Amino acid sequence: MFGLEKRDTSMLIIVAVLTMFAPFILNPFPAGSALAQFNAGYPDLMQRFVIFGIFAIGFNILFGLTGYLSFGHAAFLGVGSYSAVWMFKLLSMNVIPAIILSVIVAGLFSLLIGFVSLRRSGIYFSILTLAFAQMSFNLAYSVLTPITNGETGLQLTLNDPRVLGVSATADGSIPVTNLFGMEMRSTFELAVGPWAFQFNAGYYLCAVILLLAFYLSIRIFRSPFGMMLRAVKSNQQRMNYTGLNTRPYTLAAFVISGMYAGLAGGLMASMDPLAGAERMQWTASGEVVLMTILGGAGTLIGPVLGAGFIKYFENIFSKINDGVLHSWFSFMPDGLENAMVTLIHPFVGKGWHLTLGILFMLVVIFLPGGLVEGGQRIRKWAKNKRSGGETPTGKTEPAE
Amino acid sequence: MGILEVKNVGKRFGGLQALGDVNLSVKENTVHAIIGPNGAGKSTLLNCLVGKLIPDTGSVMFDGQSVLGRAPYEINQMGISRVFQTPEIFGDLTVLENMLIPCFAKRDGAFELNVLPSVLGQKDVLEKAEHMLEEMNMADKRHMHAAAMSRGDKRRLEIGMCLSQEPRLLLLDEPTAGMARADTNNTIDLLKQISDERDITIAIIEHDMHVVFSLADRITVLAQGTPLVEDDPQNIRGNPKVREAYLGESA
Ligand SMILES: Nc1ncnc2c1ncn2[C@@H]1O[C@H](COP(=O)(O)OP(=O)(O)OP(=O)(O)O)[C@@H](O)[C@H]1O
Ligand SMILES: [Mg+2]
Repeated sequence: MFGLEKRDTSMLIIVAVLTMFAPFILNPFPAGSALAQFNAGYPDLMQRFVIFGIFAIGFNILFGLTGYLSFGHAAFLGVGSYSAVWMFKLLSMNVIPAIILSVIVAGLFSLLIGFVSLRRSGIYFSILTLAFAQMSFNLAYSVLTPITNGETGLQLTLNDPRVLGVSATADGSIPVTNLFGMEMRSTFELAVGPWAFQFNAGYYLCAVILLLAFYLSIRIFRSPFGMMLRAVKSNQQRMNYTGLNTRPYTLAAFVISGMYAGLAGGLMASMDPLAGAERMQWTASGEVVLMTILGGAGTLIGPVLGAGFIKYFENIFSKINDGVLHSWFSFMPDGLENAMVTLIHPFVGKGWHLTLGILFMLVVIFLPGGLVEGGQRIRKWAKNKRSGGETPTGKTEPAE
Repeated sequence: MGILEVKNVGKRFGGLQALGDVNLSVKENTVHAIIGPNGAGKSTLLNCLVGKLIPDTGSVMFDGQSVLGRAPYEINQMGISRVFQTPEIFGDLTVLENMLIPCFAKRDGAFELNVLPSVLGQKDVLEKAEHMLEEMNMADKRHMHAAAMSRGDKRRLEIGMCLSQEPRLLLLDEPTAGMARADTNNTIDLLKQISDERDITIAIIEHDMHVVFSLADRITVLAQGTPLVEDDPQNIRGNPKVREAYLGESA
């Protein structure tokens, strides 16, 4: 189906089902219950899941396939956000032109940075991309203030000269982003007993775009071009002596992944029309590296899993404060309760980075193929168990 | 006029004159062996032919065109394929994918933004790669990771990858170095078969005299960066100069 092999089609369908039913899947606990803390089915969080999923899928086309580790991809995301906000300011509050412009501008910008950075490989390439991204961050923060509005960040105002649309609505507020009239912020709430499920227009737009982005990445992985990218990672020397010019291959991969980043940035601005320089900072670039490695670099589904995993931690674990911990352990005797809270305290709330760091280390050490490898091992183990403990076949699993 | 004409080529590494004044002419459809003691400059000469090194002086013409100043991939696209001293293959890819890549390079050239079609949909290339795997007797290994194969198989695969590009000149740098006798004999048979059945010129660097005398139509002896003699195999065997410079030390 869709020109895909059977197993790729089923993977695409799984992702489609997961994203379409996310408002249910991510809200398994009744509102008001003690575990409601772990619900993640809120529009802005779900939007972040899929937007960072898109970012990581694109990053994986460069890093997972060619092995070139860029530490500057947040710059393209930031450029995408700025472009989208400018489109809202100047043209229209419709998200389509904004998203298109953010992809194009990020593509051009990555062409420039990739052209220079790809003159080197390995650690020197990484450093060059880091330097460029940091340079972009500083430019956005100071020198380019007329375009980026410096440290305040670029926002909509009541006197934006919007060509197709109004500067302010009838009641004197700033118009909101929409898709041909459908407001991105509009949310339909479905209450089923104690559960509350939220269906947000913006989320569904992002989810559909994620599916398209995922589908495209499957096609790229299975194409001759994708095979050449894996060959680049495997042995550049052999490529050169096989009549293949590696430079345009790596550059094309760099630009494609830059455009994915721009798309993510454009969507981010479409959900919430502002853009700040901090989006381009090196920590943001590092985050997408973590997502890809955690999920499984070079696998199809890995980056999406990694993005979801990290964003979940960032948003859910960071909200668990001492008050919440006390309420969990209130059934214990006072002394024990306090001891438990003190013990867990460093790992939650502001300490969520610690938990994530430990998990990341565990995954990298014990599951070098990321969460996807973990899934494969579990599947193999279950299969063996069912077939009565036969030894596994020597067949290697193709990348998922 | 040979298909490969090397004229007055010199290459210096710092204070070391690795190649002095090399003249070499390789005739079309022959097997030309280049032998010489360690450090004679054989690999350096080969590197000058494929664009890995640029000689300080002289010229290298392939089929009437200069190769100097061209990138390795351009020289390959002109029709020169190279087999390395230690097999250079795509270790992370499957054997079939290893064979597909040169077939794509042959069909699509140095770069093609072939992003949307599936590899499995490229029937012409797939057929060619499968055919070549069969010819190399490794069709049963097609889904194996190339890195997991034995050294002999890797060498065979690498030769097959080069052949699938239908090169006019095949360069081999010590293809049997470090191989067991059986693998060496297999490689000799394979190369013999290749040179008999195809319109191909082979230039081979080799230490193993058994290999050289089994294959070569013509032999150049290199010593200290300059060709000592160039002659037919039977004359090389008896040449006292060669014995002194080279055969002497292995005899
Ligand atoms: N890149 C380099 N830089 C400096 N010196 C080099 C370089 N490559 C080769 N040499 C030197 O040039 C000389 C010729 O080396 P080359 O590798 O061509 O010899 P060879 O005939 O292939 O020897 P072997 O039979 O051991 O492979 C040697 O003395 C070597 O040390
Ligand atoms: Mg050598």
